[in-house]
Amino acid sequence: MASTERLLLSGNEAVALAALHAGVTLGTGYPGTPSTEILEAFDHIGGPAQWAPNEKVALEVALGVSFAGARSLTTMKHVGVNVAADPLFTAAYIDMTGGLVLVSADDPGMASSQNEQDNRHYARAAIVPMLEPADAQQAYDFTLAAFELSERWKVPVILRMTTRICHAKTEVRPGPERPSSIEPGYQRDIPGRVMIPAYARPAHHKVRAKMDEIAQWNEQSDLNRIHPGDRSLGIIASGVAVMHAREAAPEATVLALGLTWPLPMKRIKEFVESVDRCVVIEEGDHLLYEALKVAGLDVEGKPEMYRFSELNVPRVRRILAGDTTPEAKPPRGKPPELCKGCSHREVFEALSRMDCIVAGDIGCYTLGVLPPFEAMDTCVCMGAAIGVGLGLRHVLPEEQARRVVSVIGDSTFVHSGLTGIAEMVYNPPPTGHVVLIVDNSTTAMTGRQEHPGTGRSLNHEPANKMDFGAVCRAMGVKNVEVVDPQKPGEDFEGRLRALLEKDELSVMIAERPCILAAPLIRKFEKAQEDKQAQCAAAMTD
Amino acid sequence: MAVTNIVLAGLGGQGVVKASDLLSTTAFNAGCEVKKSEVHGMSQRGGSVTSDVRFGDQVMSPMVPMGEADFLLVFEASQVDINRGWLKPGGVLITPDAIPEGALRNRKSLNVAILGALSVMLDFDEAQWIRSIHTCLAEKLHTVNEQAFALGREVGQQLGHVKETEGV
Repeated sequence: MASTERLLLSGNEAVALAALHAGVTLGTGYPGTPSTEILEAFDHIGGPAQWAPNEKVALEVALGVSFAGARSLTTMKHVGVNVAADPLFTAAYIDMTGGLVLVSADDPGMASSQNEQDNRHYARAAIVPMLEPADAQQAYDFTLAAFELSERWKVPVILRMTTRICHAKTEVRPGPERPSSIEPGYQRDIPGRVMIPAYARPAHHKVRAKMDEIAQWNEQSDLNRIHPGDRSLGIIASGVAVMHAREAAPEATVLALGLTWPLPMKRIKEFVESVDRCVVIEEGDHLLYEALKVAGLDVEGKPEMYRFSELNVPRVRRILAGDTTPEAKPPRGKPPELCKGCSHREVFEALSRMDCIVAGDIGCYTLGVLPPFEAMDTCVCMGAAIGVGLGLRHVLPEEQARRVVSVIGDSTFVHSGLTGIAEMVYNPPPTGHVVLIVDNSTTAMTGRQEHPGTGRSLNHEPANKMDFGAVCRAMGVKNVEVVDPQKPGEDFEGRLRALLEKDELSVMIAERPCILAAPLIRKFEKAQEDKQAQCAAAMTD
Repeated sequence: MAVTNIVLAGLGGQGVVKASDLLSTTAFNAGCEVKKSEVHGMSQRGGSVTSDVRFGDQVMSPMVPMGEADFLLVFEASQVDINRGWLKPGGVLITPDAIPEGALRNRKSLNVAILGALSVMLDFDEAQWIRSIHTCLAEKLHTVNEQAFALGREVGQQLGHVKETEGV
């Protein structure tokens, strides 16, 4: 199948290319490391891609595309799947029409995340098949296979990647285009798509039956491969762990699982019985090991210490040797910091001077927790700043409650801040509350992506722009102020102090474009002005 | 061909990832199997960044194992000591002071100058490196980076690198 064309692609770029070759009609997602580049690359090579306000909406849009009979790709980081979990768990009960593939990009070792959850759990919990590529070639091949699986069994499919697949470049030999044979168009299927209890009860049985069939099919599938070697040591692995294991034990026989849920249990059993010693090498939780033990197979797992952080070749060598002596600490580099000239600096300097209790959130501004600012007290998940801030206000003694500020970025506010504002207006604390939206006109942390508040779409073309101040006023917030924290004349600190003294609900929008994004924003605006001037000239000709 | 392991290290904004792109593109175009990996995200905000490049006939893991790098290229003096552990005994360390202060028209092309120094120790043609500069960098940056690369090659030829001794 593979062509002679050789490309050096990241796993993310490989997924984008495969999506193009699969004829994906819409790519949708929310930026999050290490998944962000998939949709950017898809757009770059001509695929229709758009950012959604959050992962839940992205998956819902993707479901609509599937019901309309077309292929959709939805991408997110591991914690993004938590946000999309609500539609995901019920989507599993519903017959997909066009193929639907959800990319979950996990971050073991937490290079840029708030936890290192292992999203392999989602396949089991939500009852959906999961594919795990081991390099960019497989990211390409498995994306195409995922769409075909999705349409054959009418199920959503999760393609689970990790940082070392998403951001590692390896050789890809792309194949021919493999579009869907399904034509878009609406066909009504009320019991199949309306999940009221009467229809959902049989749907649960149906999806379990589908999974049994897929497991049966997986017994012969070429998505799983045996790399032959010495029979004295067998290794079962998936994802990048396959590569680490083959390097750590070049003599071993390796069963590399590609379709890792539902498992091909007979095939695994035969493999285990064919080797003298069988070790499961998996990054993260002991998921595969536990499944095989429950099935009564004689396999070894890894010591508990290797649940944490990424695997690599030396760690796999240690697992195989049963070595549980303390590991050498990896070199501690220089931590990241807010850029010189970033307006978050003025914000956190002021919050620090004012001794505020800061309920923080996810983004570049989370760096406000580090010295010299140390001006953040909590950070949990996207949008949590507002709810957590309100909870603190409800209970703390008045003097402390008055110092509580919720700090949230612009993209995060769109993602998960609006329901927090609804809560604030509906259940206001006795001392009121202040929400500070640090609006730098971009999704800065993940590499400057657009969002509904920037007024531009994923490809930086003009779009409708959400007005945060107007939204907050309309929702019932009494005081809404917009301020540039870098202009001394606008008195950011004095105005924030004044709002904190009131027993009222306030939203302050600290507005200043990210210094890394500002030149790009000017470029996009200039391009738009030029285009409009051209149109105007053409009209008068 | 045995696998060659190279670790590039520096701070966010120094072009560590760009340099590893140039290196991996050169090896890839020469017909090698190449794997390269690094960690994005937080590292972009001025923090430490490392990128691993491995090439040879067959490469498995995309990560260079600690203590197995044949070459360690460091773009910022403060990052030398913390990254020294990547080198294998006898591996070659190239530090930023190999490129004389003031010799570069723009210090931003230090990454490419250090690749120039590396290039004399690898088996790829100079023309292949220049081709990578042309494919990986914007056109307006070609001349300045070709000059930086040439300067680095001179340094490399004049033994401007420090050899790690056995047992370090």
